[in-house]
Parts: sequence; structure tokens; C-alpha cells
Amino acid sequence: MISAFFIFNQKGEVLISRLYRTDLKRSIADVFRIQVVSNSDVRSPIITLGSTSFFHVRVNNLYIVAVTKCNANAALVFEFCYRFISIAKSYFGKVDEEAVKNNFVLIYELIDEINDFGYPQNSETDTLKTEESSKITTQATGSTSWRRGDVKYKKNEAFVDVVETVNLSMSAKGTVLRADVDGHIQMRAYLSGTPECRFGLNDKLVIDKNEHGSGDAVELDDCRFHQCVRLDEFDSSRTITFVPPDGEFELMRYRSTSNVKLPLRVYTHIKTNFSNKLSATNVVLRIPTPLNTTGVDCKVPNGKAKYVPDENVVVWKIPRIQGGQEVTLSASAHLTSTTNRQVWARPPIDVDFQSNYHSIKWVRYLTKASGSYQIRF
Amino acid sequence: MSGQGGQDAKFFQRGKIQEFRAELAAPRKIVANITMGNDMSALFTDVVQCLGTPLLEIKKMVYLFLICYGRQKADQIHLVIPSFLQDCNDRNPLVRALAIRTMSYIPTPVVIEALTEPLRHCLKDRDPYVRKTAAICVAKLYTADPRKAEKGGFVEMLRDLLLDPNATDGVIFKLNLTVANKLLTALGESSEWGTIYILDSLLRYVPEKHVDAEIMAERVIIQLQHANSAVVLTAIKVLLYLMNYMENRRLMEYICKKMGPPLAAPSVLKNDVKVFFCKYNDPIYVKLAKLEIMYRLAREENAREVLAELQEYASEVDVDFVRKAVRSIGRLAIKVEPAADSCIQALLELLETKVTYVVQEAVIVTKDVFRRYPGKYEGIIPKLCENLDLLDEPESKAAMIWIVGQFADRIDNADELMDDLTYTFLDEPVEVQLALLSAAVKLFIYKAQSDTSKALVHKVLKWATEEVDNPDLRDRGFMYWRLLAINPTVAGEIVLAEKPAITTDADRMDRGALDQLLLHTGTLGSIYHKNPETFIRNAAGKALTDSPALNPLSRQEPRKPSSSAAPATNNLQVASQPSNGSSSDLMGTSASQEGVDGEGDGEGDDEDIESPAAPADPYANLDNAFGSYIADEPRPQTKDLLLQVF
Repeated sequence: MISAFFIFNQKGEVLISRLYRTDLKRSIADVFRIQVVSNSDVRSPIITLGSTSFFHVRVNNLYIVAVTKCNANAALVFEFCYRFISIAKSYFGKVDEEAVKNNFVLIYELIDEINDFGYPQNSETDTLKTEESSKITTQATGSTSWRRGDVKYKKNEAFVDVVETVNLSMSAKGTVLRADVDGHIQMRAYLSGTPECRFGLNDKLVIDKNEHGSGDAVELDDCRFHQCVRLDEFDSSRTITFVPPDGEFELMRYRSTSNVKLPLRVYTHIKTNFSNKLSATNVVLRIPTPLNTTGVDCKVPNGKAKYVPDENVVVWKIPRIQGGQEVTLSASAHLTSTTNRQVWARPPIDVDFQSNYHSIKWVRYLTKASGSYQIRF
Repeated sequence: MSGQGGQDAKFFQRGKIQEFRAELAAPRKIVANITMGNDMSALFTDVVQCLGTPLLEIKKMVYLFLICYGRQKADQIHLVIPSFLQDCNDRNPLVRALAIRTMSYIPTPVVIEALTEPLRHCLKDRDPYVRKTAAICVAKLYTADPRKAEKGGFVEMLRDLLLDPNATDGVIFKLNLTVANKLLTALGESSEWGTIYILDSLLRYVPEKHVDAEIMAERVIIQLQHANSAVVLTAIKVLLYLMNYMENRRLMEYICKKMGPPLAAPSVLKNDVKVFFCKYNDPIYVKLAKLEIMYRLAREENAREVLAELQEYASEVDVDFVRKAVRSIGRLAIKVEPAADSCIQALLELLETKVTYVVQEAVIVTKDVFRRYPGKYEGIIPKLCENLDLLDEPESKAAMIWIVGQFADRIDNADELMDDLTYTFLDEPVEVQLALLSAAVKLFIYKAQSDTSKALVHKVLKWATEEVDNPDLRDRGFMYWRLLAINPTVAGEIVLAEKPAITTDADRMDRGALDQLLLHTGTLGSIYHKNPETFIRNAAGKALTDSPALNPLSRQEPRKPSSSAAPATNNLQVASQPSNGSSSDLMGTSASQEGVDGEGDGEGDDEDIESPAAPADPYANLDNAFGSYIADEPRPQTKDLLLQVF
């Protein structure tokens, strides 16, 4: 299991160092610094030297490192590192060198609480925050380790956000290489006591592809639940039953590849592909330009387009675009002949947008693209 | 701290709170210095005096200090024991847990001795958090001093507690069905990490009946929908393990189907490679892994898509990625025959780019393509020859030289090319030198009349045998020389003999190895495609334990070397009788167990008569140790070996 946990800054200085087992020395940190931090050839998040393996995750120029000397469960180690990051985020707001240095005592307390003898332990933020009081003792081991028993609200409320991220990768010829939807159901529960909640999904939903739904069924390829969901009940009766943690959490996550209707098509112009009752907001197109571009003249009917020399892209922002609409960008770039012939990676055109609508109160739907709505050219 | 008492006076002017703040700051400074690697052990006695503090935060920091230097200061650690024991009886369960946790992190005899009693109490503490901490302390105690842990009855107590049996690594519980079921019930109520440990521990359970495995699998399968990827992967590992003990085909197919989605997407693995197409901003290691999967999934039906995608990647900027993409195009040509034409076309286009590393990769794979489809694509040789000057890496250079030598009869100016290439013979790496040597001989055999080739082969042979220190090269040089001197015609037949066809079978893993790796799903071993015992010291291998429920197909002995060892020949026969319960020794997890069983078989079995000399003559088995090496006697194998050399 995890023998040691470190946090390094970009220069390779140790910010946090905690050995969980005696099979390693503190100086193992130097090995990591020499072999990984100051070695630019390293491209893998796992390095094994002899029988010692270093797992690292980079976040804001920090290295979060777990070291093990056994055939560790790699998924577990990475889950632990990422969990640490999310806990740190909820404690300090951000995870960077300054935050780690400012809170190192708390971090030591935390990593001792979430990991004992190299085995990750309860790591729900909600539970950890009660640590000051001794209530943690019953909660960390109880059957609903993610929730305090004594939560009270005057007004009981719960909000559900359905956030769907559309991923697209389209070839230069306009064929869709892959398109899928990643959905997250985010819930904010402010409920008293330990309420049991049920979450219903409508009949159009087909989770197992063998079950045949109606023609316009939405088929989910895969769905995963927060640990509070009773998986056995979902398996037998398809109801999502759970005692929610207090506050915000991700209830469910799903993926669908069938019937993905692309909301935006990008040719030499953009065409919206949804009903005109809806609109997309904050549409941002990032069109890469060759590295030797000196300037770009852009003409757009809608929004603003601007050449950003630092990033070598033309950024076209459209604050709002209605369904069924088409907009065109015409631009000409001025290129210079340069002496340094750096190869241009030809990054794809990147599209960001948001589109949200409310169906009923408490529930909000949001469709967006974040970084992987890409059109190659 | 008491040493600096003289400076404390100033705090009194500003009130008591300040005093506390200052006190808080000192341990902070110390902890920060420990982190930076500054040796703080000199402060040991001073810090220890702070232990009595009622402030939890300071106590924690002091404990952290003790964990860091406790082992180093073993001679002074007894000073702390009274405070530890006091904390072990504190009213606050947090403090109790903290105390035993800290003590168990300091594995010196004094501390362990002191820990025994409080730990026993804590295992029965009324507070579950303390009990949980205590359970893990038992694991730590066991690692530090296994004898004490067992003598103290802790393992037994832990078994009663059964909170987290996996934490006691080293203690191997053989789970029986009741215990396994109890664990499964706990699955629903444990935290995500607990779920992982429980699932992992299920691998220790050996089902005796098909139906046991099947029922268990049905209870594990729901965990595939957990949000924690480690839970999902561990659940998959358990399911794969249990499937070895199942009979119900339908259930097994159902499980396979269920496992698809969380891994990537449904039925992808058969029909849709698209999921593995790289995104522009994927990290490089993900891209490389996807590339490999794409190649492995490539078949006739999707070869076109895959090729188009690979071509796309070949024009990216990351050198490693491009190289692998180019290589994959060639491997695709070798793997999927109908796609070979278009793959070659793609490779030719890549040659046009004149980018050094692209050309080099293309040349390397083209060599393999030539061997896979003899007589089909030699027409592109001239194109390859145009790029001779771009090759500067040994592997690509050797590949090109091989091509020139092998097809010297089709390349008009082969002797000129070879002459150029041999110019730097003595400075080349061995790989290239070997290739040059073979190519020069081939050239001579093709063009025996040409004076250039005659001079060339003479020159190279002389270099190889006289000027080079590498024994491989020298021996090969001598061999060629004698071959050519004795009978050039026969030499020609041997050197240019038909080569064994190459396939992509080498990419496939053999079933035994795969079975073993599947038991390590989700761990480092599965990432490196290696069994853990091969790269981690002290790591134990895993193998399927035999039981009446084990499927005949899973029953194969996975590791060949052990079966060819002398005592195992006997066991192998036992193992092939499925009803025989004693065959478990073959699948045994520990070497010692195998040894004991082997002896037992030897004494009791009549079959042993077949090799009565074996125990008597200790050197009887040594024949094998030298392999089939017999000097000066021609053997068919040697010829095969030679062929591989050419």
C-alpha cells in the first residue's frame, strides 16, 4: 500500500512529507526530485525504480506524490491522490504552493486522518470537517459515513443540476469521429436529519442496452453513483435510493453515445442545430492560426472576434445565439516568413458553449462543452 | 521550550492568549523544518515536555514529531510512554485513537511492549472509531513483530472484529464461505475504501462449488456502478477471478457484458475503435496507450478508419507519439492483409515528408512488411533508398542495410550503396555492424562477379574478425568467412534461404500469463503487463487455487519453467486428473507448500519408479542445464538459429 505521501513544488522542494511505513526513508523524496521533477523526459504518471513506485498527479505546479513498494492497486492510489486534492480544495479554496505552505499543519492532520498505515480511510469532506468535535468517531465508522446525524435546517431544500458535457471530435472532412455526452447530476441537499431520498428517471431511459425501450429512448452506456446510493436497490428495482451527504455532491454520472444530436455544427460557418426556443450562450470559438501569424482581419456578423497573439488563436465570442441560426466568420491572416521553423501542431478548433433551461423548479439543466468539442481541420 | 524560559516574560504584557499563540507557533516551526529535511531530533527532550498539553492541535504536532524521530531516539522514548498511556485512557475517543495510532507508528521494542495492553482494551473500546484505529494498529504491530502479535492473540481478536481483515497484510486468512458472506453483507455499508479492501480480500476465498462463486458474483456485480474507479476495477478483478470457478455460461456472458461499460463503452471492444481515438489535449501517456489499443482492436472491417486516424497522428508534433503512429501503420499492414496496400501507400506518403524521425520509423516497419509479404512491395525500394542519408539511428540504419542486402539483386547500385554505408563501419554501433556484415555477404552472393562486392565483403570480413572487439560480431565474421571459403554455393543457399514468415502473434499474450495478470487487475502489475514478482522484491505471485469448482480451462499450469523442473514432472500428471484433490499443490501459492507436497508424492507414488535413479544421482538432471549445446555436431536447430541471424 502507500508507504509515503509527499507534496513537492515545481522546483522539487518538499512541502509535505509523511511516511506511513518504515520500508522507506525520508530521503526517497530526493529520488523523486532527481528522477521526475528535474527530468523532463518523464511522461508517465507512474515511475517504477527498482521495486519502488512513484505515483504523481500534477496540480497547479504542485506534485502530489504517493510512493509504494508493493504491487499497489494503482486505481486506488490515484483515487487517493485526487481525493486529497478535492479535500484540499474544499478546505483552502485552491491547491497551490501558497495554500499548502499556509496550511501545512492542517494538511498533516488531514493526511493522517484519511490514511492510516498506507490504507486510505474515510475521506468525505463533510465528515472530516466535524473533526474538531469528537462526533467524527461515530460518523467515520457508521453506516452512513458521509453524513452527520444531527443536521438541521429551518427550510428543507434540495436542488438538482443536470450538467451534460458534449464531447465531439470531428475530422477535417466533417465526419464525426466520436460524439458522446457525459452527464453529471449534481445535487445540493439542505435537509434535516438523515432523510432517505429517491430519485426517479423517466421511462425513456434505457440503462442496459439489452432492454428495448421505445424509439426515442435515451440509452445510457454507463452510469455510476456516489457511494451513498444503494447499489443493490438500483440493481433490483432501478430506483436510486440514498441518504445524501449534507451540501453539494455528485449524485450520478453517466455517459451516452447513442442519438447524440450535435447542438452546433462548424463548417466555415456555425449552424445551430436545436429548436429556436432555446439559445446557446457564451459561445466561444478558438480557431488556431499558424505560428508565424502577425495579424488577422476578422469580420463577423455576431459577437466579437479577436486575434490573440500569445496563444496563436482567433477567439470568436458570441454572447448569445438562437436555435436555427447560422453565423459566418471570415478572416484573413497575415503570415510572415520566419527564420525559426517550429512545426505547427495544428490544434483543432475548439468550441465552448452553454445552454440551459429549467424544466421544473429545483431542477436545472445545463448543456455545455468544456474543452473537448473539437473540430480538426 | 523550558530552556527558553527566560524570554517568556514579554508574553505577560500582552495577555494569556498571546502566550498560547506563541506556544502554537513553535511546534509549527519544528514540523515545517522536519518537512524541509532539517534534522530536529536534538529537540527531542524539549518537545516531549509539551505532551501534557490539553490542546489537541499541539498534541498532534508533538505526536508527528515522535513518529519522525521516535525510532531514532529509541534510548529516550521511554520518557514518553507514561504520557502515551495516559492518553490511551483519555475520555476523548479521538485522543485514545491518536495515542495508539502514534504508538504503533513507532515500532521500537519499548513502545510495542507498552502498546500491547492498551491495544487490547482499544480493540474492545465502545467507540467504533477507536476500534477501527486499533484494528489497523494490529496490522502495524504484526509488521513490526509478528510473533508478538500472534502470541498476544491479536490476530484472533481481529478475526472476531472482522472489521478490515485486509489491513493485516501478511496474515493470510483463508476465507471460508460464512466469513465471505459476512464481508459481502458489509459491502453495502462500508465506505468506498472499505469496499475496496473487502473486495480484495474476496480473492482469498476459494469457492468449492460453482454455485457459490455465481451467487457471490451476483452480489459483487452491483459495485461496477460505483463512482470510485478503484472500486470498479477491484470488482472487475474479483469477477474475473470468480469466473474461473463458474459453470453457468449465461451468467458469465452477462458479467462480461456488464464489465464492458465501466471500462470504456459497450461492445466497443469488438465494433467500435472510435472511443480510443485520441483527443488533441489527451496527456501523452494516454495517447500512447490509446494508440496501442487501436492497433490491437484493428481488424479488416475497421482498418480503414484506424489507418486514417493513424495518418492524422503521424503529422502531429510530439516525436514519440508520431513514431508510434508510424510504426503502428506498418504493424497494421502486417496484421491486416487487406489493408496492407493502403498502409504501404500511407508509409510512402510519410517518406515524402523527409522528417527524419518519421522516415526512420517508416523504414523500420517497412522492413517487416517486406518479410511479411515477400515479393509484393519490393517496388518501393528505390523510394526508400532515396532517404538513405536521413537515417542516423542504429535501428533504422540496420533496417535499411538489411533491405539493401536482402534485395541487392533488385537494386542496381547496391554495391555503391553498400560501399558508402560501410565507409564508417568501425564507428558504427554493433547493431549496424552486424547488419552490414550480413548485407555484405548477401551482396557478394548475389553479385559474385562484381569486383566491388568481392572487395567489399573481404574488407568487411577482415574488419569484423580483426579490428572489432565484440565477440558476436567476430564469431559471425568467422562463420561467414568459413562458409564462403568451403562452399560458396551452399553458403548462398543457407544465407538466402527462405525465411520463416513473421506474424503479429508475438503481440498476443499466452493464456497462462494472461490468467495470472488478470488476478492483478488494477494494480501496478497490470499496468506494466508483468507479474509483480518479476519486478518487485518480495512480491508474491498469485495463482488460482484449485477446488472442485475450478474450470478445466483455468486449470492449466501457468508457469512453464516450474513444470519442467525435476520434481514437478510427477506433479503434472497428478494435476491432469481433475478429480484429484491433491493437485492443488501445482497451483499452490507458496513455494514451500509445493516442496512439501512434492516430497509426499515422491514417497507415496508408485509412478516414481520410472525414474529411480533421480534421487540417487544428484547430477542426473544436469544434462538439461547445458541445454542442447554439443560442440561440433551439426543439428537442425542450429540451422534455424542461423536463419534468424540472417
